[in-house]
Amino acid sequence: MQEKELKKEQGPPVISIQGLYKSFGELDVLRGVDLEINKGENVVVLGRSGSGKSVLIKIISGLLKPDKGSVNVLGKEVDTLNEKDLRALRMKIGFSFQSSALYDSMNVRENLEFPLVRTVKGLGRKEIDQRVEETLDAVGLLDKLDQMPSDLSGGQRKRIGIARTLMLKPEIMLYDEPTAGLDPITCIEINNLINEVQTRYNASGIVITHDLSCAKVTGDRVAMLLDGKFTRQGTFEEVFNTDDAQIKAFYNYNFIE
Amino acid sequence: MLSKGLDDYFIGVYNAYKFIARFFRQAFQGPFEFREIVRQCYEVGYKSLPLITLTGFVIGMVFTKQSRPSLIAFGATSWLPSLIAIATIRALAPLVTGLITSGKVGSHIGAEIGSMKVTEQIDAMEVSATNPFRFLVVTRVIATTFMIPVLAMYCGFVGMMGSFLNIYQNEKTSFSTFIAEAFKQITFLDIGASLIKATAFGFTIGIVGTYKGYHATQGTQGVGKAANAAVVLSMFLIFVEELVIVQVSNWFRN
Repeated sequence: MQEKELKKEQGPPVISIQGLYKSFGELDVLRGVDLEINKGENVVVLGRSGSGKSVLIKIISGLLKPDKGSVNVLGKEVDTLNEKDLRALRMKIGFSFQSSALYDSMNVRENLEFPLVRTVKGLGRKEIDQRVEETLDAVGLLDKLDQMPSDLSGGQRKRIGIARTLMLKPEIMLYDEPTAGLDPITCIEINNLINEVQTRYNASGIVITHDLSCAKVTGDRVAMLLDGKFTRQGTFEEVFNTDDAQIKAFYNYNFIE
Repeated sequence: MLSKGLDDYFIGVYNAYKFIARFFRQAFQGPFEFREIVRQCYEVGYKSLPLITLTGFVIGMVFTKQSRPSLIAFGATSWLPSLIAIATIRALAPLVTGLITSGKVGSHIGAEIGSMKVTEQIDAMEVSATNPFRFLVVTRVIATTFMIPVLAMYCGFVGMMGSFLNIYQNEKTSFSTFIAEAFKQITFLDIGASLIKATAFGFTIGIVGTYKGYHATQGTQGVGKAANAAVVLSMFLIFVEELVIVQVSNWFRN
């Protein structure tokens, strides 16, 4: 497995998080998170289950409100935006859910059209079809156009989920456990797709995962979320070149067991 | 314990109020989801027809059959058509339609939106810069509000036909006499009050189903709870509305 070659040039920060706190009742999930993502950079967030990785990207996309701290996305403070401005910002953010979250009452075509026809005005039928077919082709599933989500495999659902987010040509992609529950071959396909999205759309991304293979292949930078904070950040090698018992255990579990 | 229960109750009432206010804000401002409204009208209206037909017909027929012995005692079987018309148009048609559809449509809406909620489909709509409330809630509430009165009128018609068949069989009354007798006692107020009742029931079924589904939690168990709560609460509210509207229409009648 090849570690990802570092991009030499990276643009200004597109996401800037400072002093972020989030609790659910008595449970403190995020306890002072700081993170910066540059234009065109993929950052992998690693951490144990329940460590708040998904909460972090839900806050970035405005699905959850932070208790304290600043979350700046593309120059906008997310938690201060009204409904209209938040919707405008979300047009620039793609969110790929762990469960794929395909609309199961709609076929693949309707799933992909859904955000496009409701957010981009003045598109004709021909342009919509063309955009759907182009995007499906990019994820290698053009032949699934008229199938229902229930007829697709787990890997296909993930790819269709990513394709749906690509319909609006996002500047930032948020992937929640993109390879969870998939076989190794499909994981490689998804990893390649994440890298292709980064190159083709020059999109920045946050990849939430437990899977170190995915982290190594897709991340320009890796950030380790432990006890509600980023304890280590850097390249894959830098993060795992440590004597910290928790991080070592994480590495050993993935690559030895 | 009591304090927490009261807190939860008032928070629930406030959330329901906010949900209804959001519906009215979004129902009257574009863009409108016309295609989805038509699809929902088809789901709510057309797909309920077999059940409403059967129920309406049986109720009309059985009610006629059960009322006859009392009227025979007074030699007043000729009153049967007007008695059945009053009972059906004023009370049975909207109430039965409301109860049947709260079971069939309300539970379906609660379960469908609930499962979308727990499988993150609503979040997916939200983050893709679309408005899930307008697509899922507004369309369904509009569909139930418009379709339940139509179904109630249809139920009334079918009930009257069931009644006619029984009367024809026993008293040999002709269709034109039956209709003339039936509508002798029916006023515009009866039909108007019935339509208002059915519209209120339709709105209730839609708003309760979508509210329960939209706030579903705890995975598949939450979906079941949402569907169940949608039926129980909308049935309870339908009975309350029935009582209130009957009182109000009686004031007008007197």
